Amino acid sequence: MLASDGGVSGLRPVSSAADDIGRGDPALSTRLTALWETPDTWVARIATVDHKTLGKRYVYTAFVFFVLGGIEALLIRLQLARPDNTLISPNAYNQLMTMHGVTMMFLFIQPVLSGFSFYLTPLMIGARELAFPRLNAFSYYAFLLAGVFMYASFAIGQAPNAGWFNYTPLADAVHDPGRNIDFYVLGLLFLGTSTTAGAFNSIVTILKLRAPGMSLSTMPLFLWSSLTVSFAVVFSMPAFTVALGFLELERQWHFAFFDAARGGSALLWQHLFWVFAHPWVYIVFLPATGMLSMVIPTFCRRPITGHTYVALSTVATGAIGFGVWVHHMFATGLPQLEMSFFGGASMLISIPSAVTIFAWLATMWYGRVVLATPMLFALAFIVQFVIGGVSGVMTAAIPFDWQATDTYFIVAHIHYVLLGGSVFGLFAGAYYWAPKAYGHMPNEAVSKLAFWLMFVGFNVGFFPMHMSGLLGMPRRVYTYAASSGLAGLNLISTVGAYLLAIGIAIGLWSLYRCRSHGPAAGANPWGAASLEWLTTSPPRPFNFAHVPLVDSRHPLWDGAYSVGPSLDGARLSPLTTAVDGEPVAPIALPEDNVWSVAIAVAMLVAFAALLARIDVLAAAGFVTTLLCLARWMWPASAHTPAAAEA
Amino acid sequence: MTLFLINEGTLFACLVSSYFYLALRNPAWPPAGVEKPSLPIPAVMTALLLSSSGVLVIAERGFAARRRLRYRVGVLLTIALGTAFLVLQGVEYADKLERLRPSQNSYASLFYTITGLHGVHVAFGLLFLLWALLREVRNTAHPPKSLAISNASWYWHFVDGVWLVIVTSLYLSPRWS
Repeated sequence: MLASDGGVSGLRPVSSAADDIGRGDPALSTRLTALWETPDTWVARIATVDHKTLGKRYVYTAFVFFVLGGIEALLIRLQLARPDNTLISPNAYNQLMTMHGVTMMFLFIQPVLSGFSFYLTPLMIGARELAFPRLNAFSYYAFLLAGVFMYASFAIGQAPNAGWFNYTPLADAVHDPGRNIDFYVLGLLFLGTSTTAGAFNSIVTILKLRAPGMSLSTMPLFLWSSLTVSFAVVFSMPAFTVALGFLELERQWHFAFFDAARGGSALLWQHLFWVFAHPWVYIVFLPATGMLSMVIPTFCRRPITGHTYVALSTVATGAIGFGVWVHHMFATGLPQLEMSFFGGASMLISIPSAVTIFAWLATMWYGRVVLATPMLFALAFIVQFVIGGVSGVMTAAIPFDWQATDTYFIVAHIHYVLLGGSVFGLFAGAYYWAPKAYGHMPNEAVSKLAFWLMFVGFNVGFFPMHMSGLLGMPRRVYTYAASSGLAGLNLISTVGAYLLAIGIAIGLWSLYRCRSHGPAAGANPWGAASLEWLTTSPPRPFNFAHVPLVDSRHPLWDGAYSVGPSLDGARLSPLTTAVDGEPVAPIALPEDNVWSVAIAVAMLVAFAALLARIDVLAAAGFVTTLLCLARWMWPASAHTPAAAEA
Repeated sequence: MTLFLINEGTLFACLVSSYFYLALRNPAWPPAGVEKPSLPIPAVMTALLLSSSGVLVIAERGFAARRRLRYRVGVLLTIALGTAFLVLQGVEYADKLERLRPSQNSYASLFYTITGLHGVHVAFGLLFLLWALLREVRNTAHPPKSLAISNASWYWHFVDGVWLVIVTSLYLSPRWS
């Protein structure tokens, strides 16, 4: 099927029965569509809670921020292309450099991975929705508005400018008196509500709405990643909330938390920030490994080696990720013993990552590798992540860290892990699931061109930064002297960055184009094993006509699934037990509503008023938020049971 | 709801950790010239919150047993006790603010931030209970089990538990050293 349709040889559906359940019963399909479909009006589109619609919006919005953050990066590289450049002023450079980091870390990579998770999770577990569909709508709108809020800072020329770590005292009101940092603090507090709500939603969905028969040990590995990072959000985000709250109280109401003259400590910010931000690095990395654990077995034509060990490694990485934050602070004069402990933990965390990598390598070794575009991105991920991982282990050695900290060596390290790792993994996932979401195959030749441009551009751009860093080039400085001898390496980096940008542009275009162009994908174009490939491409509003019942890690390969009830009396999806996936009862899921949007807007008003110091308006915004919340939680009718909870 | 409470609990854990972090890094805590917090008012506040939790448990049992009057009286009494708690916190603040402003030093900032944020949680807990009561009155919460009722109660018990940690950390611990 595929050899002729999509031009990808060697892949075909394993079983012709691997097709959507419920085809051939048009009456059932019509009934379910009437129940689940979003009407084609503007109000309905805003009020929709469909996880597929919202998941796609999440991904599109995040990619818009990706392009903005990318433009900032290209301006930075233009400024650094030659020594003593005066193209961009130091002040503007600080804003661009900060917003590049803030955008990529908070407005792009985490939301885009969440978007994939919200789109895919119900399909992978055979459910019809997320556990809290309205909460998902809130998450999306809060993310969108928080991003717009932070970008509004450019309009008044006061974008955040103290780096994405935002260290005090650089970021306090004495040294940074404008509104710059207030945009950062309030914007990220707002965004934190979206992230936290999304984490609750993922956890409950994965633990409670899996298809009957899908136990924790048989669920797809991507979900192990989602589950791990969602718990990491629940435990790490409060530290950031506290740090941001402290800073805003200090900036606007003259409280004392970080001011040493009044008994505070600048290191308190660093501790709170990294207690949050180191787990955050894994939060934006592990979902990409989860994607690879889905992509690699499909294109090796065999189950992943060491499924259980990969799942355990994922959880272990998430857990150890909470014990390594001090490695960002080795150069701050902490006690020796404390540093040794965190240095050890930082080396330890490479072990579970290595387990995962070796599991992938073994899968390829024993499998029959098909070099389709998603697999190429997966291979590049492995190469680049290993380089980034090795430079990470190097900096876990404290004496080396003292030499490399705050240089371009660290810039190279973080980009190898998060761009060479997470973003390449994301593209592997995007090319893998685009046929499912759009129903068409991306053009293979154009996709491969995009891949090679990205791969070459990335390595040409970022590998020289290891060297310029070891030669002493400090990060976050707007220029460098001609006498430093760094001009050649920097010019190479700039050329690479532009090559990468061209590759990304072509890649995004080819993905966008398969919304309407390209050979029809069919239900399972790659011959993959997991449940999302069971239903139509694109999936219908109700996902599955019948509840799938599964009894295997690879239901579509083993044929180990059967048809359950159709649950077509209301918006219903089966509720199952957390560990074994034993069926409990069907639960009713809520209808579309506008209250989730209203809450996000009320919160935007409140945060904007806090920024402008119109305290009455801020209070009004928060009161409106509470009123909308009370209305939202009020049952629509006496017969609607509330959704399940963890 | 469980996840939400874990998340909120972590928030207070971070706050209390920050308190002890700065306590250990200052030569004197509370700093020289700042008196230790007095105990009589917080003792009454603690008694109010603990008894309110007890009353609420009785109210919940009334709900499960379909004894609507017992539930309603119990919740109203809980709300009254919680409101009294907030009034006393106001009295404590009014007295303390004359001698110690939040901006004076890190000790004062942390004291007012932690107790103030807890006060906000108490106020939110009161609104939550009121909302649950309204649902019971309007027949949109059905015995013996209703998530609306039990979530509001869980939140209230959680806020009480946090108060015990705050009393121990902010009011009692300065007296041990």
